[in-house]
Amino acid sequence: MTAAQAPGSREVLGPPEIGRALIRIAHEILERAHGADDLVLLGIPTRGLPLAQRLAATIGEVEGVDPEPLVGALDVTMYRDDLRRHPTRTIGATSLPDRGIDDRVVVLVDDVLFSGRTIRAAMDALTDLGRPSAVQLAVLVDRGHRELPIRADYVGKNLPTSRGEKVAVRLVETDGVDSVRIEAQ
Amino acid sequence: MRHLLSAADLDHATAVHILDTSAEMAKTQSREIKKLPTLRGRTVVNLFFEDSTRTRISFEAAAKRLSADVINFSAKGSSVSKGESLKDTALTLHAMGADAVVVRHQASGAPHRLANAGWLSAAVLNAGDGTHQHPTQALLDAFTVRRHLRGTAAEPDGVGDDLAGLRVAIVGDVLHSRVARSNVDLLTTLGARVTLVAPPTLVPVGVERWPCEVSYHLDEVVDGGPDAIMMLRVQRERMGGGGGATSFFPSPLEYTRQYGLDARRLARLPEHAIVMHPGPMNRGLEISADAADSPRAVIVEQVANGVAVRMAVLYLLLAGEREDEA
Repeated sequence: MTAAQAPGSREVLGPPEIGRALIRIAHEILERAHGADDLVLLGIPTRGLPLAQRLAATIGEVEGVDPEPLVGALDVTMYRDDLRRHPTRTIGATSLPDRGIDDRVVVLVDDVLFSGRTIRAAMDALTDLGRPSAVQLAVLVDRGHRELPIRADYVGKNLPTSRGEKVAVRLVETDGVDSVRIEAQ
Repeated sequence: MRHLLSAADLDHATAVHILDTSAEMAKTQSREIKKLPTLRGRTVVNLFFEDSTRTRISFEAAAKRLSADVINFSAKGSSVSKGESLKDTALTLHAMGADAVVVRHQASGAPHRLANAGWLSAAVLNAGDGTHQHPTQALLDAFTVRRHLRGTAAEPDGVGDDLAGLRVAIVGDVLHSRVARSNVDLLTTLGARVTLVAPPTLVPVGVERWPCEVSYHLDEVVDGGPDAIMMLRVQRERMGGGGGATSFFPSPLEYTRQYGLDARRLARLPEHAIVMHPGPMNRGLEISADAADSPRAVIVEQVANGVAVRMAVLYLLLAGEREDEA
């Protein structure tokens, strides 16, 4: 963990804060959707997926349902608008719950909301996969600097940042530790 | 990856990465909407100097599923039949703004020349050159083998895995086969052990330097229990005039008896073994209808996997920023 702490970086969320934020978001999602019957949580790889799984686990606990069929993964690589600006990206896995997404409420889950371009790509990807009754967005951190008219429905923490800073989200499932840090460049 | 010219150019990590990307592409092909916007605005030229239906439509389907524009250029009835050189054709394609050129040519090395002569800035994909290489065929064969023999309940496509320890027999007209050459290179890179089986007249000179074993006896190899058996087409069109095929073996009937996959040999293969053929098949010559239509034949699936593999290769060559622009 110490190796990951660049000089000038500060932790803004630790494990308890992340846990509380996710529990609150899970309840907000349930409240809006009036239960878990038509819900699908689609995590955007890499770190959106474990977040979606944690939200589903909480929802499953509260509602007394199996969280497994609530979760899926939605890879947006092939829908990005910046493919030509980067070295070739590796395509991640997309997996939908068996019931599909048609006529269900899809909640996209990602770690950081920044320009909004990833979410734009995710909405295009969704269109090719089915026709949800509604699409909502849950993010752990909203750091501002939107470049598209996109807004999150559920936010763990609003984090004012400058463009030069970097928000680093680490999760137990992918990085061995839960933390959100702001790192100066 | 700048071009795809030879299966021998792929190292282990790159090969597995292409197969893993192919698995994601294959999943999108079972959707209702199969088209992806990934290569919108890119132009792929199919430049075919040799007759081919399967490979061309496979590349065409792959490019179109990724939203690229496709231009088909076949030598027959084109400027080439009027005497245009490869260089002038290349300069023309460059002037038209091709981002990728998929080339099939009767001369071994033509794609290499296109890629390296400085005529074109496009990515060059070898879709078969002479008796040299056909890398996307080897990739789709490796993908098919991996899926059937390495797939698990959690990873039906065997994502992340290679072919270590598997034994693959490649049977038939090895001499004229770019498919065999490419497969020996790629399957060996992925850890499989390859045995070539052919009559001595159809084994290329220098085969002792290839990383594989050679046998003249199909029955022995079948009884050795290969995990996959790949039947090659007897390429009569490359066997010269006059007697054609019979200058390489006494008669088609004798070839079938010695080197054909029939019901008898099929029954002696291990239960998990799969039967492959790059197509088009000569039914009754290298493969009998019993074998070609058996549930263990994955020949039709190879075609479907071909589209996914070619999508993956186009994606990896075209989607990112070009290395020379970086």
